[in-house]
Amino acid sequence: MPIPTVSPELVAKAKAELDKHLLEIIQWHFSPETGCPYWLDWAKKNFDPRKEITKFEDMMKFGHFADESLRDLQPEVWVPAQFKGKPFNIFETGGTTGMPKQRIGWNDYKVDYSEFSEKITDAHFPRGGAWLMMGPTGPRRLRLAIEHLANVRGSSCYFIDLDPRFVKKVISAKQFDVAKSYMEHVVDQAVTILKHRKVSGLFTTPKLLEALAEKINLYDIGIRGVFVGGTSMTPQYVRFLVEELLENKIGFYPTYGNTLMGLAASVPLVPEDNFSITYYAPQPRAVLRVVNPDKTNETVAYGEWGRAELTTLTKEFFMPRFLERDEVIRRAPRPPYAWDGVGDVRPFGAMQKTIVEGVY
Amino acid sequence: MTNIPHLPILRLGRPYESLEHYKVKDHRTGDVKAVVSSVNSGIIKKDLQKISASRAALNKFTVAQLIKMSAKAGDLFLHGTLPLGDKGHTQSPQQYLETLGLTSGLPHVMVRRNMAKVHYALTHLGEILNGLSRGLDLSVLDHGYGEQFGTKLSFCPTTQALGLVMPSNSPAVNSLWLPAIALKTPVIIKPGKEEPWTPYRLIQAFIAAGVPAEAFGFYPTDHEGAGVILKTCGRALIFGDKNTMAQYAHNPAIQLHGPGWSKILIGDDCVEHWRDYLDVMVASISDNGGRSCINASSIVVPKHAAEIAEALAKRLGPVEPTRADDEQARLSGFANVKMAEHIDAQIEDELKTPGAVDVTARHRHGPRKVVFEGGTYLRPTIVLCDTFKHPLAHKEYLFPYASVVQVPQREMLHQIGYSLAVSAITKDAAFIGELQAFPEIERLNLGPVSTMSISWDQPHEGNMFEFLWKRRSIERAW
Repeated sequence: MPIPTVSPELVAKAKAELDKHLLEIIQWHFSPETGCPYWLDWAKKNFDPRKEITKFEDMMKFGHFADESLRDLQPEVWVPAQFKGKPFNIFETGGTTGMPKQRIGWNDYKVDYSEFSEKITDAHFPRGGAWLMMGPTGPRRLRLAIEHLANVRGSSCYFIDLDPRFVKKVISAKQFDVAKSYMEHVVDQAVTILKHRKVSGLFTTPKLLEALAEKINLYDIGIRGVFVGGTSMTPQYVRFLVEELLENKIGFYPTYGNTLMGLAASVPLVPEDNFSITYYAPQPRAVLRVVNPDKTNETVAYGEWGRAELTTLTKEFFMPRFLERDEVIRRAPRPPYAWDGVGDVRPFGAMQKTIVEGVY
Repeated sequence: MTNIPHLPILRLGRPYESLEHYKVKDHRTGDVKAVVSSVNSGIIKKDLQKISASRAALNKFTVAQLIKMSAKAGDLFLHGTLPLGDKGHTQSPQQYLETLGLTSGLPHVMVRRNMAKVHYALTHLGEILNGLSRGLDLSVLDHGYGEQFGTKLSFCPTTQALGLVMPSNSPAVNSLWLPAIALKTPVIIKPGKEEPWTPYRLIQAFIAAGVPAEAFGFYPTDHEGAGVILKTCGRALIFGDKNTMAQYAHNPAIQLHGPGWSKILIGDDCVEHWRDYLDVMVASISDNGGRSCINASSIVVPKHAAEIAEALAKRLGPVEPTRADDEQARLSGFANVKMAEHIDAQIEDELKTPGAVDVTARHRHGPRKVVFEGGTYLRPTIVLCDTFKHPLAHKEYLFPYASVVQVPQREMLHQIGYSLAVSAITKDAAFIGELQAFPEIERLNLGPVSTMSISWDQPHEGNMFEFLWKRRSIERAW
């Protein structure tokens, strides 16, 4: 079976929807009655996007978003006027050393994960069946998002925390025994929960999934669906997870996402994928481009490696052209997504240098 | 069938083609000679959970039967045409020899010698095990107990499997694990990246000789996978450099095969006749291309160091790379060119420390590192060092390299440090007594014996029988 494609008409329709959404978001963030102090101030110093942005291609007029401002500025500068006075969630990313970057939000994560709920099946994540999240909780968007996802499906969720800042720190210091011991501590807690409670859905990271499966048989203990996110996975590693750990019996849902983007779901694997996963951003709320690292206005050809560039377009958060720390293969639109996908995500520069990804 | 063979993972006998591969290339032209599947550590862990079935498959045979099968495997290894990978390719002995030469840089004459060593080990396993077990009736291992030497005997296995993290430098090192099969122990092998050929061919020879395929794991893998093999198998062998050795130095379940720092010592009583021992010194330094851990890397003498160094340099300095099929070939090419560059640069850098001279330089008529027909070679190097404190006095490299150091006889054992093999050329009974009592020498040759000399029934490092089986006391009421 060939890899399914999307008709040019559907691609054009999606592009038109994106442009329409973009104009609405630009209007929102750059109008004094709705926008936030950061972008209103930015417009005064640069240009008025309401006049110059008419379609997504015009976004090249923005430079790359400097995410340091999410670290250096007080969160209040990102509050759109229409949200003023409403307490916000503060979600963090980074922070292994020093101040983390923060994105504030109200409802976006619920929108993303309610939508994602439609992409997972009841067979793998039975409605009402409990979930377990084993991974980075703490100040991360993922913590509330997973609980919301479970709740949307009529389920509750147990949590086991893994602190990725600590893991990165000890691995960078070559304290591998400490990292291993910490991972065992985390996994042992999950095993305890799984042995004493009925759980059918699992969110975790690939490495933790592997470590968990070394201690228990996931299917026998009741797991029917696994939703993973976090580190990169080579096609062979995906095959290992699907065939050896999940034994082709447990549903596998890899996702690509972060605090700034939300959640890019993957299309179900077909044999022709050869276990290479392709993710699609939740367009039009977020757009992923695969750009030439040396000329970031240009996208690379389909099938080529490039750097991931993220634009987030919601009423809560506007972030143009942020260069992710990942390199990916640009993939063609594929049903049900009529826009570009990203494949085989790996840390940017992974072929040139060692990247600390740790256990999460 | 594609032109290039693919070596799959052997998951306890079951071929598995990974989505990740690496290429084994001709060290001169870069032509791909094989594509090798590579797997993550998780697959190895998963398979090792089922290792008891592999052991059970071997347990169906007696040790005597497995010794016979091993002998047959030895003949097949040396003379047979065996399967090569999972795409329908086969490999004759000549093809094995030529391909191994192309990818490892070993000239044919050295590959042939290595093949002969492996063949010998497999076809003389009965004698070797007799030596390793000190004459044990090996049927005791079949029954678990017995009586011999007027006493009750019982042995139990120390492990379910033997893990092997193999090097790429010399095919004969595979001889070390060969007794494991007759000792009913499955092997889990991570081959050297540039030398998958020998372990793969040996496995095929064993299988063709009737040994169950389940007894063999062939896992090209990464550093993490190697760690799993070492830590999970119960007993393992690792080959590596000083740093690798340090990581596992205190783990009795892991047998270390690192640098040998092997040496020739000449006593006061023999040193005036040093010219008589020149052939032994040259052979100890340069046989097998200088790649073995039992190649001499230091010549230690109480006097005449400069003259001895000069004489060695005259013999070895002019040695040049030759075609791989030259019967007189004495140098091996470097499959990993960066390693040759690193070694050459390190020697040059350390020669800047006062107290050492590259005596071979004036006999070489050119640089140490040379390219010949596309291959990179290091030409022999003899360095005369004032003392053992010089950084080049205590070095071991993968080519014919040795330091010559002048040390008073009474000081020798205080200065030489650990030595895998020492050939002590002396008849001085007192000095011999000191040498015999010195614990830092693994194999001691007395007289003009090459350090390269080995005895299969007296291993110079590690006794495979004692590593894989241990004696227990037993009492039976019936």
